Amino acid sequence: MEQNHVAHTEHFDPVASKIGMWLFIFTEILLFGGLFIVYSVYRYNHGVEFHLAAQELDVTIGLINTIILLISSMTVAMSITALQLGNKKLTLILLTLTILLALIFLVNKYFEWGAKIHHDIYPGSEFLLSLSKGDMLFFGLYFFMTGLHAIHIIAGVAILGVVYVKVKNGSVNQDRVSLLENGGLYWHLVDLIWIFLFPLFYLIH
Amino acid sequence: MSEHKNHISSYKSQVIVLLTLLVLTVLTVTITSVHLGPFNTAAAMLIASIKAAIVLLYFMHLKFDEKIYRFMVTLVLAIYAVVIVITFFDYLYR
Repeated sequence: MEQNHVAHTEHFDPVASKIGMWLFIFTEILLFGGLFIVYSVYRYNHGVEFHLAAQELDVTIGLINTIILLISSMTVAMSITALQLGNKKLTLILLTLTILLALIFLVNKYFEWGAKIHHDIYPGSEFLLSLSKGDMLFFGLYFFMTGLHAIHIIAGVAILGVVYVKVKNGSVNQDRVSLLENGGLYWHLVDLIWIFLFPLFYLIH
Repeated sequence: MSEHKNHISSYKSQVIVLLTLLVLTVLTVTITSVHLGPFNTAAAMLIASIKAAIVLLYFMHLKFDEKIYRFMVTLVLAIYAVVIVITFFDYLYR
């Protein structure tokens, strides 16, 4: 920071870097937190319709995607351990595994949404407009919240991809794991949001 | 406590965390398939919160990192909880 700091030693502060990442995560928590409040208020006002509309969702696909995300959270956590222990090869394998799991999640999501759209259930569809207000709100929130979450998965894949390249070329290494840790934090956030999305949309019986 | 900075979670502990999360997931699905009325949602949310706490503490390393992160996260979650409470006071008593 100071002017007299020697030019060739790069200033690096892992604690501040992680605080920055957490601050960003807080904005994400408030973004999804706001949506969860919208969801609860509408569900409180349209309980029966929400209950019936949720029967349309496939619990099995939701459960499979939950398991995929939980496993990917573990693989990314393990990749940090691997790098801290200096095992670069294992770090790269675990990161690849995480990205693969994320892609499988997206493929599942594609088939899930595809089936809904095939049944004429998508925001603004004629069929949906003919249903009650509660149904429209449920599916509107379902598409918006799982869609926003899917965008976060795509962003997570991009972030982990950058981390992968940097681990591979050595700029993220055993002595400097911050970028991997922060990328991991983002990935866990995506998992954290899904932990609440799954019961709120798929498990209303 | 510079020792805290270099805490390395073992692979084994991470597998245990994953297994715990998977057990809790199966538990949520099982509980919500039994008809308990409003308690279904309450139970599902309780289990989801426990899962979230486990992810935050172990996977996101809050348990092992400097206290400042834990303090910040607690503060933000407390503010969020207050917003939820205020919103529902409004909707329940309007």
